[in-house]
Amino acid sequence: MNFDKELDARGLNCPLPILRAKKALAEVTSGQVLKILSTDPGSVKDFAAFAKQTGNELLSTAEAGGEFTFFMKKK
Amino acid sequence: METKKMAIIATKGTLDWAYPPYILASTAAALGYETQIFFTFYGLQLLRKDLSVLKVSPLGNPGMPMKMPFGPKWFKDINWNMPNAIQAIIPGYESVATALMKQTIANNGVASIPDLREMCQEAEVKFIACQMTVELFGFEHSDFIDGVEYGGAATFFEFAGETDICLFI
Repeated sequence: MNFDKELDARGLNCPLPILRAKKALAEVTSGQVLKILSTDPGSVKDFAAFAKQTGNELLSTAEAGGEFTFFMKKK
Repeated sequence: METKKMAIIATKGTLDWAYPPYILASTAAALGYETQIFFTFYGLQLLRKDLSVLKVSPLGNPGMPMKMPFGPKWFKDINWNMPNAIQAIIPGYESVATALMKQTIANNGVASIPDLREMCQEAEVKFIACQMTVELFGFEHSDFIDGVEYGGAATFFEFAGETDICLFI
């Protein structure tokens, strides 16, 4: 998937992936896509909840070898 | 949609209990909540310029796992809990427990309290210190970080009365 910015939140724990994502989203424009890498298993539910509450769209969630990849489109 | 609001009363002044208010406030702010923390009694310690005053005590805290943050897995898995009477007579026990806790926090990619507090400030979480307890404990405003407002119970209610979430920690 195409993306405009990448955030490496691997090794970080709650709530840092969300806080870093919020910051990274502030640096892209509406409609652009942020790719997020995380190793926090809690971040799967957290990014879904973050998207739902902020109106940013979670395009996809994937897991491979304990690593999670999210694509989020800015509102 | 109207902006959601959250108010927290922070009353604990230890390293472990510094986490819930700062984690929830920074996350709420990231979710778009207008957020305020009212610091009172021992919670005032969370506003100190020097956060090294925050310690954790295993004494009288049976819920706290006492595990080492280094060494092989079998060693890390040992629980070093010991009777209160023994903990109480070991000099520096609290400082050692605090150092080990900080190491565990860093090993797990959990943010430090100074970092979380700074993220709250960046996200414009409002900090209000209870003026009555500031005086009661003999603190000076210069003991605390800049940007703190000072007020009383009525100040808290002014905002808390309009919130969607209101927590006492």
